[in-house]
Amino acid sequence: MASLKDVKTQITGVKKTSQITKAMNMVSAAKLRGAQQKMEDFRPYAGKFNEALGSISSNMQSNEFPLMQAREVNTAEIIVVTSDRGLCGSFNSNIISMAEKLMNKYEAEGKKVSFVCVGKKGNQYFKKTGKVRKNFPDIMSHFQMFNAREIAQDVAASFIGGETDEVQLVYGSFISVARQVPKTLHFLPVQPIEAEEASETASEGQQGAYTYEPSPEEIMDVLLPLYMNVMVYNAMLEVGASEHAARMTAMDNATNACKDIVDNLTMIYNKARQAAITGDLMDIVGGAEALKG
Amino acid sequence: MATIHLEVVTPSGPVVNEDVDIVSAPGYGGDFGVLANHSLFLSTIKIGGLVYKQGGKENHLMVSGGFCEVSNNKITFLVESAETGHEIDVDRALRAKERAEKRLAEAKTKQEKINLTRAEAALQRALARLKIAERSPK
Repeated sequence: MASLKDVKTQITGVKKTSQITKAMNMVSAAKLRGAQQKMEDFRPYAGKFNEALGSISSNMQSNEFPLMQAREVNTAEIIVVTSDRGLCGSFNSNIISMAEKLMNKYEAEGKKVSFVCVGKKGNQYFKKTGKVRKNFPDIMSHFQMFNAREIAQDVAASFIGGETDEVQLVYGSFISVARQVPKTLHFLPVQPIEAEEASETASEGQQGAYTYEPSPEEIMDVLLPLYMNVMVYNAMLEVGASEHAARMTAMDNATNACKDIVDNLTMIYNKARQAAITGDLMDIVGGAEALKG
Repeated sequence: MATIHLEVVTPSGPVVNEDVDIVSAPGYGGDFGVLANHSLFLSTIKIGGLVYKQGGKENHLMVSGGFCEVSNNKITFLVESAETGHEIDVDRALRAKERAEKRLAEAKTKQEKINLTRAEAALQRALARLKIAERSPK
């Protein structure tokens, strides 16, 4: 049995760990609020954007634009959006395993796969496969539109250049504070956007066609890259919020686990102490008896 | 006076959401004005100044790239950023202008196309900011 002093040291150590996990929990809670706010702010933009894009693309041929051209798939690219830091439970490994499954599916069909990793964790894992084409580390802590633009432009360039024929986006979507689910999104070629809502608003209001300036085709040339930015930015925001939510849960669990361990150890400590006292008492009583004798 | 509903939305949230008399914006083919009950219209937006009037009061915004849609007596701007005159840091814009001019000259001599477009965009943004800051009341 461990000595009293050993148990005491262990208890102190576990208590210190629980202080750290508790602090991390609170930090994540604060960061989560910030990330969620950003998501809220972005939502109207994304919503309006899809609406507008839907209304333009509904009356256009999709194969006119390089970014919308579907072609036979030889090389597929997977954009993996993960967090930069760990200690957030199974959040990153869920995303990674989803991306890996997707890779296996493509490779079973005889297609080549390349990766674009956004966030450190994805790169750490996929580095060893040697398929990472581009890596964007250390951008998940501060969300910037120009980061999203850089990624989108890079991916679009390799798509238009014919190096990749299809692009999927794998990220952790934020459902609630308690639930984050990995999700795959078809990224390129851009699929025609459902324009139900847009056509509705057009028919209930003024009749007649839009005046476009410049031509619809040229507008699409501007809008499609913007649309990609929106998708990447959205994925980054969701991963950011999910990361903090996942870390909050993980750290909460860790704090609880620490508490259990401390309880157990305290029990052991008390038992050991009691045993020592009993032993001492026996000695004293024994000694006293002997003196009486 | 009949009004039109103006919305300016950026990735970091809505900036303007109100009924106004007239909107003037930097469109693809130059500045255009939109009054109430405008026909359906869609245009890309360049870097520049957006002006809207509300009962004789003029408001200025600096907007950078995006597009705008007019339908159902509503005009929606989707732009990457929008700043009011008060938000603009004039000193910073001035510094940005100088920097962009320097880069522009460098890029021209070295024939770097990417840097050239970047510097041009930066210069345009700086100039638009300065113009807006100048026009809006202190």
